Amino acid sequence: MTTPEPILRTESLTMRFGGLTAVRDFSIDVPRGSIVGLIGPNGAGKTTVFNIITGFYKPTQGRVLFDGKDITSLPPYTVCREGISRTFQNIRLFTNETVLENVMIGCHVRRKAKWWMAPLGLPLFRKEEEEIREKSMKLLEAVGLAQLANENSGSLPYGAQRRLEIARALATDPKFLLLDEPAAGMNPYETRELMKFIQSIRERFGITILLIEHDMKVVMGVCEYIWVLDYGVRIAEGNPDEIQSNKKVIVAYLGEEYVKYVEN
Amino acid sequence: MNTRTRNLILNGLAIAGAAYFIHWAQGNLDGYKIQVLNLIAVNAILALSLNLIYGFTGMFSLGHAGFMAIGAYVCALLILTPAQKTTMWILQPLVWPLSVIQTPFFVAVLMAGLVAAVCGLLIALPVLRLGGDYLGIATLGFAEIIRVVLTNLSSITNGALGIKGIPAHANLWWNYGWLLLTLFFIIRLVNSNFGNVLKAIRDDEIAAKNMGINTFFYRVVSFTVGAFFAGVGGALMGSLITTIDPKMFVFTLTFNVLMITVAGGLGSITGSLIGSVVITVLLEWLRIVENPLIIGSFEIPGIPGMRMVIFSLALILIILFRSEGIMGMKEFSWNSLFGSSARGGKTE
Repeated sequence: MTTPEPILRTESLTMRFGGLTAVRDFSIDVPRGSIVGLIGPNGAGKTTVFNIITGFYKPTQGRVLFDGKDITSLPPYTVCREGISRTFQNIRLFTNETVLENVMIGCHVRRKAKWWMAPLGLPLFRKEEEEIREKSMKLLEAVGLAQLANENSGSLPYGAQRRLEIARALATDPKFLLLDEPAAGMNPYETRELMKFIQSIRERFGITILLIEHDMKVVMGVCEYIWVLDYGVRIAEGNPDEIQSNKKVIVAYLGEEYVKYVEN
Repeated sequence: MNTRTRNLILNGLAIAGAAYFIHWAQGNLDGYKIQVLNLIAVNAILALSLNLIYGFTGMFSLGHAGFMAIGAYVCALLILTPAQKTTMWILQPLVWPLSVIQTPFFVAVLMAGLVAAVCGLLIALPVLRLGGDYLGIATLGFAEIIRVVLTNLSSITNGALGIKGIPAHANLWWNYGWLLLTLFFIIRLVNSNFGNVLKAIRDDEIAAKNMGINTFFYRVVSFTVGAFFAGVGGALMGSLITTIDPKMFVFTLTFNVLMITVAGGLGSITGSLIGSVVITVLLEWLRIVENPLIIGSFEIPGIPGMRMVIFSLALILIILFRSEGIMGMKEFSWNSLFGSSARGGKTE
């Protein structure tokens, strides 16, 4: 890695669930301002890594350092306050709320007013309430959902729900964004749009992005650096070209038989 | 004139209309009808407080009777005259500071709410780590504990004898005044982004945590505020009925409030108001089926308890055909009345 101080560093993370070791000795350095990928076959432990970073799991061993600070055992809401936000593999929107309200909920973490100021209608509360609304509308414009602001979020089409989840994650003013399979269930056109969108997020908001993805077009198209997990162990790392020609990766995805077959 | 000013004026008009109605009712309606109107207001306060806890924050709490009991006893102890207190506590005399204190009604109701809120806070800290049905069981247990404590703490509560002759301060003005205050507080809270946060916790707690929301803290806040207004409702009810004893605060009382909230619509303030009107009136109106009926030449003898049968049937029908309640999660707003597209708005 070229950057002297990585935005996120994991030091030999290990996560055991009873007898199963979901992640073993996983160490990565994520360079600031990059778009990087974490790939691997199903059940390799990618989402477990996300859950450890965002504080939903406490690792059996190892540390997570964010911006030089140890965030290993912090609860999820504190991790978010530190500047890490994520989306979920199976979309988790607040489905009874409108599109706009979903994004406004994301803005909550940065607000200074306290809850009891709401019934009293204090000036600080009113001002922030207005700011949150404006900021949320701007974010919705950025993801192209502004005209659907007052729709119920559960009624949006799938691709729009994905974009809304990203907008909601951006509303927390993250420095580091984790996307868990953003292209899952998208058609080729939507996928191309998503790739452009991910790149535009980095340019516009200047944040670092780590994504889990099965769609290799997306991974190879947007990621600058890739780590490959298999059975909880990091089996390869490198830029997209290196990964594509890495024999271990091909074995993990397609099996040893296939590699032998091709070689013969 | 923008929407904000228009809504403000309309709210003012609605409140003035309500005030005029109360003024008229006080002079022209008989005592029974006034009592029903009073009950509507108290039930609405209770339903709103439960709706904040269950409907908006998604915590299935069955502890309302407990908070109401605390509120009713605190208020009664504060508004009884010292003379009444010395004659009523015959088993054991009332402990010192309480035996001489007498406060104005407003202060007493406020204190009732605050004591209930403190109790709510204390019970919330251990219990709100539970979720779903477990929370329901734990809060139900809490309400029962309160009842048993009230029965046995004779030197404060007069034990099983209860408290009689509570000054009947809770007239229409007080009850509807407190209802207005409750409405104002809860609407302001729920319509703000803090309300969105509560709803986020209800809809998906994991996603809410991920959004940087300290879900436990906001659950405690919602529960404590709900307990406050439950205490206020209990205080008003005590003063309205003028007699309280521990047996009054059994589970059925919680169930009645729960019924109003669910029938009105979980997560709808308008629903709680409509629910309290409909259910309170229905419970009274259905008394006619308990009296002997004469239809033509048939005479149907009155069956005591018949109204509860019909009432239960009505509830079953609501749950079967409109399980989201009368209003669902929708709210009445001036904007929807005038066809404007903007969402949100204050209801009266």
